[in-house]
Amino acid sequence: MLEVRNLHVSAGGKEILRGIDLKVNAGEIHAIMGPNGSGKSTLAQLLAGRETYQVTDGEVFYEGKDLLRMSPEERAREGIFLAFQYPVEIPGVTNAYFLKAGLNAIRKHRGLDELDAMEFLELLREKLKLVDMDQSFMNRPVNEGFSGGEKKRNEILQMTVLDPKLAILDETDSGLDIDALKIVAEGINKLRRADNATVLVTHYQRVLNYITPDHVHVLMDGRIVLSGGKELALELEGRGYDWVKEEAETVQRTST
Amino acid sequence: MSQVLEERDHYLSSFERFEKNGAARGPSWAHRIRKAAIARFADLGFPTTRHEEWKYTRVAPMAKIPFQPAGYEPDRLAPGKLARAAFLQLPGCRLVFVNGRYRRELSSLRLLPEGMKAGSLVAILDADPEWVEPHLARHASYQDHAFVALNTAFLQDGAFVYVPKGTVVEEPIQLLFVSASPQEATVSHPRNLIVVDRDSQAVIIENYVSVENDVYFTNAVTEIVAGENAVIDHYKVQRESDQAFHVATLQARLDRSSNFSSHSIALGGALVRNDVNAVLDGEGIECILNGLYLVAGEQHVDNHTRIDHVKPHGTSRELYKGVLDGKASGVFNGKIFVHKAAQKTDAKQTNKNLLLSEEALIDTKPQLEIYADDVKCTHGSTIGQIDQDAMFYLRSRGMGSEAARSLLTYAFAGEILSRMKVEAIRSQLDHLLVTRLQKGSQAEETS
Repeated sequence: MLEVRNLHVSAGGKEILRGIDLKVNAGEIHAIMGPNGSGKSTLAQLLAGRETYQVTDGEVFYEGKDLLRMSPEERAREGIFLAFQYPVEIPGVTNAYFLKAGLNAIRKHRGLDELDAMEFLELLREKLKLVDMDQSFMNRPVNEGFSGGEKKRNEILQMTVLDPKLAILDETDSGLDIDALKIVAEGINKLRRADNATVLVTHYQRVLNYITPDHVHVLMDGRIVLSGGKELALELEGRGYDWVKEEAETVQRTST
Repeated sequence: MSQVLEERDHYLSSFERFEKNGAARGPSWAHRIRKAAIARFADLGFPTTRHEEWKYTRVAPMAKIPFQPAGYEPDRLAPGKLARAAFLQLPGCRLVFVNGRYRRELSSLRLLPEGMKAGSLVAILDADPEWVEPHLARHASYQDHAFVALNTAFLQDGAFVYVPKGTVVEEPIQLLFVSASPQEATVSHPRNLIVVDRDSQAVIIENYVSVENDVYFTNAVTEIVAGENAVIDHYKVQRESDQAFHVATLQARLDRSSNFSSHSIALGGALVRNDVNAVLDGEGIECILNGLYLVAGEQHVDNHTRIDHVKPHGTSRELYKGVLDGKASGVFNGKIFVHKAAQKTDAKQTNKNLLLSEEALIDTKPQLEIYADDVKCTHGSTIGQIDQDAMFYLRSRGMGSEAARSLLTYAFAGEILSRMKVEAIRSQLDHLLVTRLQKGSQAEETS
């Protein structure tokens, strides 16, 4: 579904990603872990089409297409979804309008009829329950005055409504209390199918108590330095990131 | 200098003809006012950018055009064209003016509440001038403002609305000003007087439209008088032709415990200057001034407002928002004067601007002058661009970039509409705004 090859990315002249290789197949959940500043969010945002970064080398293929040539909206319409680490507040636009506009743009692209207000409300009612959000949230301006947890749940709500093929979650688990974390994890698990995939970008192992990844990758200094199965996450939780760093440096020294 | 004199002389000789051909109707006191005003205009001349109040608005290109007094132009007003002008669907009475002259056959005066008057100013000047004498040209001063002086000199027709005491006029009163000048560039000077007596309530809409993309000049003055406890909700919607010049002054005189709100929407015109002035001449008055200007291309729009807090316990809330695209330029100049006696004044003034292009320009100057010592006053202004984080957020959910840009612009401008009390007006303006923004984004996508 997604293939990242030797991806090099800079921002403001500084290289942030220094050769990423990553392959995500349909039906898989990948966790990308790593310390602060390792480039996790850059990777997540770049995949969604953020234009503030420069790709200096490498390629990204999504369902066989050159992802880097697609606009953010094309990516969304083709099934990519990014849950933002810091969801943006948009005064003057209601949450309902925002979500309906996105959903209908995607449906139109897929050759489906656009939903009218009633059909949309029907769909919404069911999804709101899933993330334990009150309907009143839909008439409020997008994310304005939402608590941190409400913003994250709002991201998951959007994800379940838009029903992406590839969901990228950028630290959606950060800063959540245990109840909100469970809701978020449940939302992700419910979406899991054989024909879609999830990339979970996270700083903490905690969320992996509720979501079982197929692959865990450790991102450090702009490179994936270690990949493994779900047990790698537990090892990181117990031992921290320092040993990975040392190991990675050893590998690099011996290979050069 | 000789050029400046020539421009002024054009209006002076035009005034002589105006006097001779009998158009200057009404009682002798009205004509004395006209003569005083033209004398004042002769002294003032057209303002230049050296004049502090006209620093960023150059009227020289407009002053150079030898505008002729506008005629009726009935041929240009096929009913279909008139119907396309907004708000015709509104309930309530509608006074229609073509090139500044009242047109009874186009107007619809429904059954008015007892004692209420609504009609042509020139008719009332002819028939019952005592109705307007206490107020006409007594509030909008022509001493320092050349365009008010010019309007007053050519004072003839416009709307006169009188709401007697204790009367609630439920339906909005629409004043529709249609301009058409197919042959030569023409000028009209609509003059409106709206008097709402004590304990009464009215909604007034001034709607300025054109039927074709003609070159003309509208120079309007509206005086509003609110009696004690009166509630006035005033809307001005300006959608002149892209080649038109529009200069207007709204002067409101507010009495004790009255409540005045003004919503000024500027969408059209090549050069637009809007003055909104309110004098809070009584205790416990609430005054709300909202404004929205949405300009593109090479349009220029200048909003000057002035609120005078004269007596104690007055509240004023002012919010003007501007959206400027292309090479458009704008001016906001808002003054709040808190006079010495106006203790416990609570005044808040805000101007926010959204620049959609690199070449759009705004000069904003909020000003407070406070002579009382126990007041609460704040003011501020902002200038910003479309929020790129919000753009990315919308696009990442599937919205196209132009649709996202329109939506964010709409959200910015919509705050002004959301403050309008009359739903029928709000929803029609909302529709107008959406159409306008869609048109803008389509033009860009095809270019």
